[in-house]
Amino acid sequence: MSAVTHHIPDAMLAAYAAGTLPHAFAVVVASHVSLCDHCRVALAAHQTVGGVVLEDSDAVPVSSSLKDNLFAQLDAPFVPEPVYDRSGIYPGPVMEALQGRALKWKTLGMGVRQDILTEDAHGSVRLLYIPPGQAVPDHGHNGLEMTLVLQGSFSDETGQFGVGDVEIADEDLEHTPIADAGDPCICLAATDARLRFNAFLPRILQPIFRI
Amino acid sequence: MPPECIGYSDQTHWMIAIRDNQDREAFAKLFDYFAPRLKGFIMKSGTNAAQAEEIVQDVMLTVWRKAAQFDPHRAQVSAWIYQITRNRQIDITRKESRPVPEELKEDPGSEADASQVVGLEQEAGLLRQALANLKPEQREIIEKAYLGELTHQEISAQTGLPLGTIKSRIRLGMERLRHELKDLKQ
Ligand SMILES: [Zn+2]
Repeated sequence: MSAVTHHIPDAMLAAYAAGTLPHAFAVVVASHVSLCDHCRVALAAHQTVGGVVLEDSDAVPVSSSLKDNLFAQLDAPFVPEPVYDRSGIYPGPVMEALQGRALKWKTLGMGVRQDILTEDAHGSVRLLYIPPGQAVPDHGHNGLEMTLVLQGSFSDETGQFGVGDVEIADEDLEHTPIADAGDPCICLAATDARLRFNAFLPRILQPIFRI
Repeated sequence: MPPECIGYSDQTHWMIAIRDNQDREAFAKLFDYFAPRLKGFIMKSGTNAAQAEEIVQDVMLTVWRKAAQFDPHRAQVSAWIYQITRNRQIDITRKESRPVPEELKEDPGSEADASQVVGLEQEAGLLRQALANLKPEQREIIEKAYLGELTHQEISAQTGLPLGTIKSRIRLGMERLRHELKDLKQ
């Protein structure tokens, strides 16, 4: 766990605490925090600031029925929210995104596979499986991309990324991440724009593969 | 009041009583303190009074039901309620469930370390002072960020608060937990 060297930037942790990160990125942040005490501590610091802002908010009187309604519910039976535990290399938030289903890897060519967890107008988050020596699908350059390594490692012009490390890239970063030798590299990858593979897939195939 | 809890804030006392004894009197006090502040906090971002009250009720019920997760060694009551509130607001406005990190597993029988709890409270107090001492326009930006009105790109352009010392405190609270879990496994 202490081997993690690439963390979530502070501003992103603050935005995550405040709930302003797009859902796809929030899945990556929650997954990284599950693996990284350094960022868990930093997130807690932001929550402390949020708590101070909350406590210093001007008090607005609540209607008298609110408390009665609340207390009437304290004994009501309720179904606790499901808790998603880690399963193998997959942290709880990934298991939550899977909603109990098994992995469904789809081949993208060159041994690369993906499983799209969620996708909406604001972005998508997926698992990627990259054999050693293969390029990580280039899922940026149209916006922001976040890639969290869950197994194996990859390297690019900016350094090496192992289990728990997050690479954050925007359209300005021209990079070619390649999976290192050893175990196949499995990543959790989020983007806020439609992906394009400029490395090895013709753009015409994008609607079919949803990348 | 158990002697080891001397020096704790009222809010922490109440929350521990709720967590350990489902103490309704303490919960009523916590409600009286937080509900009006919560309503003010929620209305700041443009929610109307009626909907704000619905969220307040929802948040306070969640506080009651999730009380077992509260750990004063790692989090202030207000910090804990803040995150519950923001999560509920997102769930309601975006109709999607917020992804949350795995919980650290806690040993329910662990003895409280009062110096850690009080130390964290003191650090939070200093942070509150630092926030109060900011220029009004700086303070407003911080408020906006934590009210969820700024994107992460907008936040990164701002000068942050000094969070180093509070982080050290929280880290101690977490290491304590990890330590105990290790002892438990041995
Ligand atoms: Zn980290």
